[in-house]
Amino acid sequence: MAELQRYPVPADATPDVGRVVVEMKDVRKAFNVGTPIETEVLHGIDLTLDKGEFCAVMGPSGSGKSTLLNLVGLLDRPTSGTLAVCGEETTTLDDRSLTRLRGHNIGFVFQYHHLITAFSALENVMMPMLGAAGFANKAMREHAAALIGDVGLTAWQDNLAGNLSGGQQQRVAVARALAMDPALILADEPTGNLDTKSADEVFALLRRFNRDQGTTVLFVTHNPALASRCDKTIHVIDGIVSG
Amino acid sequence: MFSAWLPFEWIVAIRFLREGRLQTLFIITGVAIGVAVIVFMSALMTGLQANFIRRVLSAQAHIQLLPPKEVARPLRVDSTAGAGVIEGAIIQPPLQRLKSIDQWQAVATQIRAMPEVTAVSSVAGGSALAVRGSASRAISVAGIEPVSFYHIVNINQKIVRGNAQLKATDILIGTEMASDLGVDIGDKLRVTTASGAASALTVLGIFDLGNKNANQRSTFVALHTAQSLLGLPGGVTSLEVTVGDVYAAEVIARRITAATGVEADSWIKSSAEFFTAVSAQKAANTAIRFFVGLSVAFGIASVLVVVVVQKSREIGILRAMGISRGQILRVFLLQGGLLGLAGALVGSAIGLLALLSWQHFEINADGTPLFPLIFDSELFITALLLATLTGLGAAFAPALRAARLDPVVAIHG
Repeated sequence: MAELQRYPVPADATPDVGRVVVEMKDVRKAFNVGTPIETEVLHGIDLTLDKGEFCAVMGPSGSGKSTLLNLVGLLDRPTSGTLAVCGEETTTLDDRSLTRLRGHNIGFVFQYHHLITAFSALENVMMPMLGAAGFANKAMREHAAALIGDVGLTAWQDNLAGNLSGGQQQRVAVARALAMDPALILADEPTGNLDTKSADEVFALLRRFNRDQGTTVLFVTHNPALASRCDKTIHVIDGIVSG
Repeated sequence: MFSAWLPFEWIVAIRFLREGRLQTLFIITGVAIGVAVIVFMSALMTGLQANFIRRVLSAQAHIQLLPPKEVARPLRVDSTAGAGVIEGAIIQPPLQRLKSIDQWQAVATQIRAMPEVTAVSSVAGGSALAVRGSASRAISVAGIEPVSFYHIVNINQKIVRGNAQLKATDILIGTEMASDLGVDIGDKLRVTTASGAASALTVLGIFDLGNKNANQRSTFVALHTAQSLLGLPGGVTSLEVTVGDVYAAEVIARRITAATGVEADSWIKSSAEFFTAVSAQKAANTAIRFFVGLSVAFGIASVLVVVVVQKSREIGILRAMGISRGQILRVFLLQGGLLGLAGALVGSAIGLLALLSWQHFEINADGTPLFPLIFDSELFITALLLATLTGLGAAFAPALRAARLDPVVAIHG
């Protein structure tokens, strides 16, 4: 594949995150707290992800994998424990700060692609930069076009997202996750809905960005073959992480 | 591709509206119909009211200053017998003699200096008998100064035969009286008052005030002629006043009374029933506008509630990408505002077309419009602003709901 072509983004978009990207200590997550149906899903998780690490997360359905990812992705808050992302302790941050930290440092790839269908592939990749503001239109477009090129979809960049195949949409989702040059990519079963060939392509893309840019990847999968190709694998079983 | 100058919220709002084309089209049509009804009804009602008021006020002054009425003063016993004790038990109301406004020239000058007043004219008026051969009619004689009086009641426009350039020996009469007495331009009429004063006057013009009774009884002569006939040398029985804002006539009348001490009656007081009818019409128009506006607001809100549900997954993804709650709120507020604005633009155009069609098809027998419509740009600007604000207001609840969506729930359904 061709060498990745990078474009400069604002200085505050990619802070120097140091060696540790994610550090969870004794994190618990319960739902319906304070009610008779209170349920604890994660029971004291300790997890550290270093810069450039490619970590697979495996476990049966309902074991707490997605909840773990939501916490690391700052989409949800732990009930107790501490969680630092890119060196910043997050449990005390307000919604605005969490949103900013998430937007600038974390990229998401979901199982069902989740592109914005009203926009083209290129525009979907531009969207995080557009929302963050401060990017020149031309720089945004060039950066997004380079990423679309990196995932091999230049010919489809102006197609509406809804008109692309599942594999293509997931590749656009990978490009979008990389738009802000994040320190961390969270991939929640990104290959679970794809055929074997497309799944391999998406995995290879994530692996390539991980190697070339040092992006840390947390990769949820049910596929042991893919997990075996990661740097390390953690298992989440009944809300407890085992290495 | 994104416009280089449009902020994120605008781009997403416009694209979401474009994506739901049919939904957007329906709601814009709904808003447009509402705005068209408001524009059409408002212009029609305003035109109708202006026409009514013009017809009523074109034949009378907005404010009339009259001399104080004579009142009987009861005799009282002197102070030694106790104040307030009435001696005479029966008090007869006095006859209201024709009398002049005291110091009327000074009063007229004082009123002319008021900024709200546009014209002041003095009138000497009273009752008389018009005699032509063996026929006679009771008439009301109004002695006027043509130059100033025609600024108040433009008799020139109401003349159907002859002219209105009154001189000392001329008289202007109504069409009904001319017909009753069988007179025409240049004929003589003998005008006699109750005191016996009489004068032979030449019919200079015949007018139509648009009211049969007024055309039967009203006559106009020169001020000096009326003063001689009515025994009021140098005096006037009323001062007629017009003002810039006809609806402020009552307030100005009270101000004039306070400033001059002369009783002033406005058309609002003297035509109270008419004014009540106009006010009721205004209230009905306001009620129609309010309820149409309300239905427009609910229309926009209900569509946006559906859009928020439809777009909840996208909202979740946007939030995951680092889009703030405030940005999501603005995206949906903008959609409401844009729907309101677009609906208002289309609605104003439809309303304007409807008004032009109405003016074209609803005509008098002579081909003139039933009444002139008022195409006030302020009406259209107000409609645009109100519809946009209504859209923004209606979008607030759905926008807040969108902004408060939990991204985890939104993404995973």
